[in-house]
Amino acid sequence: MSSITLPRRLSTALWRAPRLALAATLLPPLAWFLLIYLAALAVLFIAAFWSVDAFTGEIDRTWTLENFARIVQSPIYRAIALRTIGMAAAVTVTDALIAFPFAFFMARVAGPTLRVTLFTLVLLPLWSSYLARVYAWRLILAHDGALNWALNGVGLPSLEIGYSRWAMWIVFSYIWLPFMITPLFAALERIPQSLLEASGDLGARGWRTLVRVILPLSLPGLVAGSIFTFSLTLGDYITPVLVGGPGSDFIGNVVYANVGIANNVPFAAAYASVPLVVMMLYLALAKRIGAFESM
Amino acid sequence: MPSSPARFLLGLWALLVLVFLFAPVAVIALYAFNASNVQSWPIPGFSLRWFGTAWSNREIRAALALSLEAGLIATTVAVVLGTAAAFAVNRFRFVGREAVSFTVVLPIALPGIITGMALNSFFVLAGTGLSFWTIVIGHATFCIVVVYNNVLARLRRMPASLAEASMDLGADGWRTFRLVTLPLMSTALVAGAILAFALSFDEVIVTTFTAGAQNTLPLWIFGAIRLGQRLPEVNVVVLLVTAVTFVPVLLAYRLMGRSGV
Amino acid sequence: MKRMVRVGTVMLSLVAAAGPLWAAPAEPAYPKEIGKGEGALNIVAWEGYAQDDWVKPFEAETGCQVNKKYAGSSDEMVALMRSGGGGEYDLVSASGDATLRLIYGGDVQPIDTRFIPDFADFVEDLKAPPHNSLKGVHYGLSYEWGPNVLLWNTAKLKAAPTSWSALYDPAYKGLVSVPDNPIQIADAALYLSKTKPDLGITDPYELTPAQLDAAAALLKGQQPLVKKYWALASDQVELFKNGDSVIGAAWPYMTNTLKDAGTPVADTVPTEGATGWADSWMLSSKTSHPNCAYKFMAYVSTPKVQAQQAIYFGETPVNTKACAPMDAQQAGSCAKYHLDDAATYLKSIRFWKTPLQQCADGSKTCTSYTDWQQKWQEIKG
Repeated sequence: MSSITLPRRLSTALWRAPRLALAATLLPPLAWFLLIYLAALAVLFIAAFWSVDAFTGEIDRTWTLENFARIVQSPIYRAIALRTIGMAAAVTVTDALIAFPFAFFMARVAGPTLRVTLFTLVLLPLWSSYLARVYAWRLILAHDGALNWALNGVGLPSLEIGYSRWAMWIVFSYIWLPFMITPLFAALERIPQSLLEASGDLGARGWRTLVRVILPLSLPGLVAGSIFTFSLTLGDYITPVLVGGPGSDFIGNVVYANVGIANNVPFAAAYASVPLVVMMLYLALAKRIGAFESM
Repeated sequence: MPSSPARFLLGLWALLVLVFLFAPVAVIALYAFNASNVQSWPIPGFSLRWFGTAWSNREIRAALALSLEAGLIATTVAVVLGTAAAFAVNRFRFVGREAVSFTVVLPIALPGIITGMALNSFFVLAGTGLSFWTIVIGHATFCIVVVYNNVLARLRRMPASLAEASMDLGADGWRTFRLVTLPLMSTALVAGAILAFALSFDEVIVTTFTAGAQNTLPLWIFGAIRLGQRLPEVNVVVLLVTAVTFVPVLLAYRLMGRSGV
Repeated sequence: MKRMVRVGTVMLSLVAAAGPLWAAPAEPAYPKEIGKGEGALNIVAWEGYAQDDWVKPFEAETGCQVNKKYAGSSDEMVALMRSGGGGEYDLVSASGDATLRLIYGGDVQPIDTRFIPDFADFVEDLKAPPHNSLKGVHYGLSYEWGPNVLLWNTAKLKAAPTSWSALYDPAYKGLVSVPDNPIQIADAALYLSKTKPDLGITDPYELTPAQLDAAAALLKGQQPLVKKYWALASDQVELFKNGDSVIGAAWPYMTNTLKDAGTPVADTVPTEGATGWADSWMLSSKTSHPNCAYKFMAYVSTPKVQAQQAIYFGETPVNTKACAPMDAQQAGSCAKYHLDDAATYLKSIRFWKTPLQQCADGSKTCTSYTDWQQKWQEIKG
């Protein structure tokens, strides 16, 4: 009897009663998400349909679409939403273009040792503070910065891209690049060598194999990576403050200002629903492509 | 295998990407030795004094300790909950199974400011106030997905026949889990845990909303950076943290690479 | 579902209770005496307001460990003081454009100046100024003050500018940096009050909708000239250091830092006068370390600390006895920061205050801070 430990008895019971096992494995994470995360989200977005009394600052719980109307009608809030989404898209495309050849090299060209080293190196910048790296970029892109110093050194004219949307584009693409490389690498590594050989045997040239075989098979990885790059850019409000110039506020900056300063939680929630809806659509699409399997 | 000119070009590209990835890290390393407290190019002079001030700074030590502690606890929670959810999804068919993946990925797929705001209002409701534990809860919530994805991917590639064979040979569920399943998925667990910890260690946006008066290391950095007086000190800390993590992380990945399924 | 909605309502009312803009000022709850310190003190401060030079001795003396959170704007300070439902932080070094919001929001409580021995030596006008006191009740303890200055690079600008008009001059396209702060509208209003008297602006913080629009129009014309709206002190320092910006609105602190780093800069209070800040320490209405908070307020009001703070940041103390320690630390600094003629110098600065819908004459025709904030968003894009 003594040899039958408690976990063992428990596990035997679980193995015999799948429902129990299901409950034991699923309930704790489910409870965590339902009780903490989803509840909080739900409340936040009920508030989007409320309003704040301009004079007393009290929340008025009459259902209204006023916040949404204000967002749609105001040119500035429309412009900020479009700017944010446009930047997220541009960063995602840039990262995909940079990451694909790199991940391909890692997965299909590099030997095992080099592969592990590259993998570690790609993730290493994540350990050096995001903020410190953004500050380093300020020095690189400044008027008298490292980039212009190098350009002038080889006789090229200076680039005035410090504190601008160009700077934001570069820094965002830089910061989130590892999040694109990792899932792409995983997807590319998984493609059986035999498949590529078969494609070659059937007479496909390298380019054709790339377009017809490799790209479709790595698509889930690409989409998985794009979820990260897109959503991380969409929700950031610190990089615009640090490296953006005039006219570079993001949705996050407006939300932050309305929560903390104007104390207008309903409006902040309504505006935050823009990225929420965009991401929900994106995720639904990603799911159909099967990206969730390769994140 | 791609042709050799293609391989050369790919290799060159990889090198350029590495330069891109490490240029700012190199700047951080260089400017840890900046003689001036304001950064300008080229570096005006070299000094070691920031290592001294960083070392004797109580705030840095407190923030570093808090970040390590919060990261470890959040990672542990994420490993337990993420693995459990991955098991449930992999082994059972149930209503809403599809929704689990969707839900788990939400905290990281939704913009950080939404997660932060939502958690902030939740903690205010619960009347808990903001504390060390609210930081941990926030971090664990967005770290779960990393572990979940890693473990689930591994479980899917792991033939179910292995566990069945073990059971056929008379091992019970626990034994099978301990002797067959766990070793097979251990590398996925470690990879997930490392990434989860890294995410927690450098998170700023959600933490801004879930931290009270305590500072995690990134929050301390944000405070120190903004005045523009202590940037070299920040660079020193970042340089040391990066240097200290490099070797163990490289070793961990090498071990994993060797035993990868 | 009904249940869900009810839970939601309860949650939201709690969110709302976290700090409606005009709750009510907190009632006085003065301590009988200041007892032993609680061992910790959480403060929200301007960058540079809690330097080790004077905080370390305080910690050693009282055993109160000071945990600091730096804020870059008054807006951030208000947000931090309300975070988590309030009570996370004990003290805040609020400027005049945040103080009324904190007072009316019920976020801060009255302070008993009996426990601040140096209060008697404060410059008279800042003992109970309207931005931190209501009907003689002190919701804030004045600390330091100074003007927002016009900063320029002396190597890149041949002639020293003397007017704020330089910031609206197309000659400096792409070389101007001004604060990212709605209160910046007051700077434009102050300039307009001198250059366009027919607008009828008398107080740059009390603007009718038409006056606000005029100021906003001026600032929208400035936007294409702006290199960056700076949010952090380090932004402005780096902008000038690395040649991105050659002229802008700044704090004297930045002038000092840049000069120390060898950048050729100078600053001035232009002919139109300047806006400025008068900071106050304010005590959270939900503080859990009142003894340490009172000890800290008393400590930072002493002449020595007031002098250290003034020289470090480049501003003027409220304690008139700080002149001697200032000159001891840096010869001539007492006169440099006008502490010797504080009472008159004070009158030349238009101190930040929260714009309210209710004008000073009682009419409700002025624009509120919320209006300013929305305008500011439209200006900077």
